Amino acid sequence: MSAIIELAGVRKTYRSGTIEFEALRGVDTRIDEGEYVAVVGPSGSGKSTLMNILGCLDNPSEGSYLLAGEDVSRMSEAQLAEVRNRRIGFVFQQFNLLSSLPAWRNVELPLVYAGVPRAARRERAIEALTRVGLADRILNKPGELSGGQQQRVAVARALVTEPALILADEPTGNLDSASSADVLALLDELHAAGRTIVLITHEHDVAANAQRNLVIRDGQITSDELVGAAS
Amino acid sequence: MNWFETVRAGVEAIRAHRLRSALTMLGIVIGISSVILTVGLGQGAQDQVKQQISALGSNLLIVSPGSSTSTTGMRGGFGSASTLTLGDATAIADPSVVPDAKRVAPTTSTSRALTVGETNWTTSVVGTTTTWPDVRTRTLSSGRFFTANEVTQAANVVVLGSDTSTELFSFGSPVGQTVSVDGTPMTVIGVLAPSGSTASGTSEDDQALTPISTAMRLSGTSTGSVSTIYVEATSSDTLSAAYQEINALLLNAHGVTADAADFNIATQDSLVETANSTNKTLTVLLGGIAAISLLVGGIGVMNIMLVSVTERVREIGLRKALGATPSVIRRQFLVEASVLGLAGGLVGVAIGYVGASLLPSLINQPVTVSAVATFGAIGTALALGIGFGVYPASRAARLTPIDALRSE
Repeated sequence: MSAIIELAGVRKTYRSGTIEFEALRGVDTRIDEGEYVAVVGPSGSGKSTLMNILGCLDNPSEGSYLLAGEDVSRMSEAQLAEVRNRRIGFVFQQFNLLSSLPAWRNVELPLVYAGVPRAARRERAIEALTRVGLADRILNKPGELSGGQQQRVAVARALVTEPALILADEPTGNLDSASSADVLALLDELHAAGRTIVLITHEHDVAANAQRNLVIRDGQITSDELVGAAS
Repeated sequence: MNWFETVRAGVEAIRAHRLRSALTMLGIVIGISSVILTVGLGQGAQDQVKQQISALGSNLLIVSPGSSTSTTGMRGGFGSASTLTLGDATAIADPSVVPDAKRVAPTTSTSRALTVGETNWTTSVVGTTTTWPDVRTRTLSSGRFFTANEVTQAANVVVLGSDTSTELFSFGSPVGQTVSVDGTPMTVIGVLAPSGSTASGTSEDDQALTPISTAMRLSGTSTGSVSTIYVEATSSDTLSAAYQEINALLLNAHGVTADAADFNIATQDSLVETANSTNKTLTVLLGGIAAISLLVGGIGVMNIMLVSVTERVREIGLRKALGATPSVIRRQFLVEASVLGLAGGLVGVAIGYVGASLLPSLINQPVTVSAVATFGAIGTALALGIGFGVYPASRAARLTPIDALRSE
């Protein structure tokens, strides 16, 4: 198995005035292609910071980060944007859909920035929406969809670029239990189809869906274990 | 993300907030339409002046007396002195002295009461010579102009302007009738065709022409001074040569240096320029006010774009997370601001055109809207959008995706 993520000695320090706060204090880990990993930790543990770094939304202060073999730890903002576009599909707690656009236009958005021609974008967006079971909702705007459906649109958007990594940040945080189960089932399905998924959550029962749990506390990984639910 | 996509995203964002976008554009709309109107009014006034002055004749030089200085040191305006004489006119008409002058028409002008039966009308009685209709490119609608013979004999004949004729003879042909000019009976021998022009403030259609000798006899003066000498140059190319020749002749004849010249020679171009300098001041003033309103409109665009950036922080964060580079985000907001500016400019031009077509009937002033002003206005509106969009756009581009996504 080839590594998708390799973190070595990753530290992140935030400065505000003279006060320094070390959110990550040396994180080393490796996530292989096809894994389904949950990063678990209470709020303030540094898991959001880790998620930002894994998602190429922020540079580590120290250490190195290889994403699909490419060192992204010292990249500029523009280069990181390109890496995010190509390698990472995001699913957010708040869905973050653009309310003025119909579902398929939301899904095609990453392809717009990738420079894919219009006709191909539409085709691939519809394909991704079919994949998440929303083939009959492609023209609906987010406001016309339930929370669970909106999150599935977001998953479709994360899938559409065929990224190396799907990064889901508390994807069930805003959903009722039925919709949560729905979205988690969808992630399971994607994992079964060979996708690499990193799920960030503070809920242990959500983390239990993953194959492997990384527990983070005070900026360090305190436990890394395979979970029973793993196949 | 190519330009087409960027413009489409910009238009979509503007359409998503219709009312706000319309209000934002309003400043630009008002600014641009007032620029179109003020420039149009200025241009219209200039065209009118130009047309009136060209109606004076073609290739015309107008020689008038210089300013007079009274014993108290009070200086009169040009034309207040009586330094030009019939002799000057005769000298200018001499082809060996002024070879580039084709025709010369000296004139005197006095306001007099004209009476026909019970009707009386005060107008300016202009004494001149037989060359006047040719120099001033005027024609007669009926009758004839006076002859050289009548000028020599100081005959009591008069040619009426069309308005003067209407005032005095409400019906019937005036030709052959008698009109009393300050008590002296004169025979009407012709009526001028209307010129429709009001150059120099008075109507060219309200005057009475008599032989210059007759006019001088009525005034009881024998000084031979004239108020204006109209000179027609042989062609537009010889206009400045004629100017030089007349200038040299009169300086020499009056025995003065150029600094102390007691006469003034104007060409039609110089008259147009003088008249327009007043108009120009007004146009610049009004245009300045319009430019300030445009500036305010531009600041409005910037204000709303900043609000829009703040309000759409999450959207910006999302777009960045999905792969939009800072420069793509900057371009998107710049395009949005430019679309606002351009749309405001187009609407402003449309309103300006509507105003330009309505205004003349309301204030009796011609409005000329030129293509240059139109494209200039649209270009300005676009530039305003871009110019005032730079700051909000760079603010949007600088947002970090984490902070942007985190904001509630």
